[in-house]
Amino acid sequence: MIELADVRKVFNQGQHNEFRALDGINLSIEANRVTAICGPSGSGKTTLLTLIGCLARPTSGRARFKGEDISGLPERFLTQLRRRSFGFVFQQFNLIRGLSAEENVMLPAAPCGRPQHEVRAKAAMLLDQLQLAHRRDAKVEWLSGGEQQRVAIARALINDPEVLIADEPTANLDTTLAREFLAILDGFASAGRTVILSSHDPLVIQSAAVHRVINMRDGRIVAA
Amino acid sequence: MRIWIEQQRALIDFTLASLARRKAKNLGLLAVYTLLVFVLASVTLFSHALRHEATRVLADSPELILQRMVAGRHDLIPPGYLDKIGKIRGVQKMEGRLWGYYYDPVIKANYTFMAPTAGDVERGTIVIGSGLERIRGLTQETGISFRAYSGKLYSFIVADILPHDSELISADLVLMHADDFRDFFGFPAGHYTDITLSVANPQEVRNVAAKLAAALPDSRPILREEVLRTYASIFDWREGIVLAILSGAILAFAILAWDKAAGLSAEEKREIGILKAIGWETGDVIRMKLWEGVLISLTAFLLGYLAAYLHVFYAGGILFEPVLKGWSVLYPRFQLTPEIDGLAVVTLGFFTVIPYTAAVLVPIWRAATTDPDAAMRS
Amino acid sequence: MIFQPTIIALLLAAGLGLAMLLAAAPFAVQIIRHWNIRSGSERQLQLERRTYLFSTLLSFVLAIQGIALLLFIFNADRLAGHFVGAMCAAGVLNVNAYGYPALIAQIASFFLTALWLVINHVDTRAPDYPLVRIKYALLLALVPLLAANFLLQLWYFLGLKADVITSCCGSLFSAGAQTLTGDLAALPPQPAMIGFYAALGAALLMATLHAATRRGGYLVALASAAAFVAAIAGIISFVSLYIYEHPHHHCPFCILKPEYDYQGYLLYIPLFAATAAGLAVGALQAFRRVPSLAEVVPRTAARLAGAAAVGYLIFAAVATAMILRSNLILIG
Repeated sequence: MIELADVRKVFNQGQHNEFRALDGINLSIEANRVTAICGPSGSGKTTLLTLIGCLARPTSGRARFKGEDISGLPERFLTQLRRRSFGFVFQQFNLIRGLSAEENVMLPAAPCGRPQHEVRAKAAMLLDQLQLAHRRDAKVEWLSGGEQQRVAIARALINDPEVLIADEPTANLDTTLAREFLAILDGFASAGRTVILSSHDPLVIQSAAVHRVINMRDGRIVAA
Repeated sequence: MRIWIEQQRALIDFTLASLARRKAKNLGLLAVYTLLVFVLASVTLFSHALRHEATRVLADSPELILQRMVAGRHDLIPPGYLDKIGKIRGVQKMEGRLWGYYYDPVIKANYTFMAPTAGDVERGTIVIGSGLERIRGLTQETGISFRAYSGKLYSFIVADILPHDSELISADLVLMHADDFRDFFGFPAGHYTDITLSVANPQEVRNVAAKLAAALPDSRPILREEVLRTYASIFDWREGIVLAILSGAILAFAILAWDKAAGLSAEEKREIGILKAIGWETGDVIRMKLWEGVLISLTAFLLGYLAAYLHVFYAGGILFEPVLKGWSVLYPRFQLTPEIDGLAVVTLGFFTVIPYTAAVLVPIWRAATTDPDAAMRS
Repeated sequence: MIFQPTIIALLLAAGLGLAMLLAAAPFAVQIIRHWNIRSGSERQLQLERRTYLFSTLLSFVLAIQGIALLLFIFNADRLAGHFVGAMCAAGVLNVNAYGYPALIAQIASFFLTALWLVINHVDTRAPDYPLVRIKYALLLALVPLLAANFLLQLWYFLGLKADVITSCCGSLFSAGAQTLTGDLAALPPQPAMIGFYAALGAALLMATLHAATRRGGYLVALASAAAFVAAIAGIISFVSLYIYEHPHHHCPFCILKPEYDYQGYLLYIPLFAATAAGLAVGALQAFRRVPSLAEVVPRTAARLAGAAAVGYLIFAAVATAMILRSNLILIG
């Protein structure tokens, strides 16, 4: 589904503080599986996720999504692809404060121009599935950590993406909530979605819900 | 098209919610913006209404006025001029007028003394404008004395007061009998201040003026349309000067708008990063921000314009009267006819919305081009 | 110069548009020199970001141009009272030699800005942005036009001197009545009418054909340009007469006045929109062989041609309705 060939990402190119976040990554990720990228902080897992999720372009190398070369796509087209095909759950959840849970869930659909009632119905359905129907109109800053994460998951799914990307999803959860989250992920994989997450939480890496673990260090993939 | 409308609707929804969330910041800008529109709109509404008023007033005045010139100065019309002009084709009516200025040391202002041609003021009485009524505290049947330039004191009884609706021109007016007028100013019999001519066909006015100039080389004809044009120019010019002075304020406002738009809080930056990460495109963020600008501009424009309308037409434009009016020392107090001019509204938009938009474009773009992966790297 | 708010506003708008493009010009040069879509380097990402600023800027300039065009004419009309012999905008524009050139420059900047935006729109539909260099070269070409527009307006307004009463004598002798409304082509009504409907019909036909078959794009542009000229000539020579119900009043501007219920806008807005769309169809044809635009260009061109056809149809219908409703009889 996703293939990376000799991908590099360099920040502050040509300056004295040049930094190679990724250095020659070759990787292929299969569809309908849960893949975990793990490694210490600064190993480049988040940067790798941004390239896979079309949030950024590699400095060099080729990236393919479903056979299509996306490494040279301008931001406008990357965004369109991202909107349709990827959903994101961030470490800090990154919900917009001051808006209700439902409004947050509906945000990624705004630029799509889908009819509003349709989006609202979809949001209600997702919140219901994640047992959040009763908190629909609550402002997100009033929600608990677990609830916030479920709102973030619902938001990631509003455009029906094929791939769900989660960055350190359990970093802000206790063990019970983390297990709950893994159970939700398992459900996605069996429902035909691809899940890619980064983590250094042993609970995630050793979980049966995760099908494949990729280890990283210093911007390279290392053997487990 | 449908998709586009749904898109804009979603963007506007978000914009409204985010404006509501940052009330303090936006209210400040809105207040300044509204104030700017208010000041500029007051100026334009006021001068437009004055122009309109002047046109209305002059509509009843004669098409042509003939003045005699001596050494380049306006002088009295000597006897016999009316006959010298004789009959000119196209002239309906021709008559000599008696009027002059009188300086009243009591209130340090000039009055216009005039003998109405219709002549319905009794000897020894006067009809006064409402400015005098107000300032000298005169009412009907009260008496008043004026010391003539000859030094002699003349007393008159106020017979009537002119209607208030013509106050712009009649505030300082004193009407009296022609003989009283001649006595008061020491005009010899047969002399007039000037001559008015009524010409029915507007195309003929210039020909009549040319004939007058040929017949009486020491006189100058003044056309009503020229007076109108002069007034229009004067009001335009005053309005322009005021706007030029206020351009400093416009600039200051533009800088404020730039600053507000450029100085995004950390919270706002984070939000834009999130929006971009979850699938908003740079263009979408720019459009959202532009909608924000449109909503703010529209609100400020409507509020400011409404306030200016009330200020000019119901509060008499108290704040700007001294600058824009200056018609005579006796400030006429009058109600302007409410008038809105499309051209002036568009011009006002040019002066406010365009500087605002120009000022916020670059900051908006800068905010909108936040890296989408910023949300991941926080 | 007449120190008048609307004049200041117009100069401000023209100056602002020019200043924006001038400030942007060095960046456009950078894009032309360093653009490399295949690269993921930071400089390329920077340049791509800049393109968003340019589209937004140009849309803003177009909006200003459009409104300024209306304001320019409207204000000229309003100034008629300031000049001896000027009855409406036509006379005021004739007051000095820069009036009509300024109007034409204003119209030209409006159309060319619109064309640039259409090309920009098409370009951003293709993932490889194939027209970037052409687009930014065209952007640089717009600069002198906007500069000309600004300078012509400046000269025109600076040259306006109102005939006001001076202290020595009436202005009667300072200006003759010779500046009367310029003798705008007054064609005999019948041939003008034939030319008017023929040109509009041709443009309508070409645009409809192109919308349906996607052929003859250049012809659409040609027919649109011809229709624009014929339409303006037609308005001057006979449509205006029917609106004013006066056999000798040929002014193309007075129909915008409130006295005539702003009927002119019903004519000019569809005409300008249709002509901009029609010209854009032609401008796009040059790019239909670009591989990544092979689908986008014909589709956009067809849509524009459709819009142009609708515009011309509305224009013709409105003009015809005005003629039929009028009490004036020109052709027995």
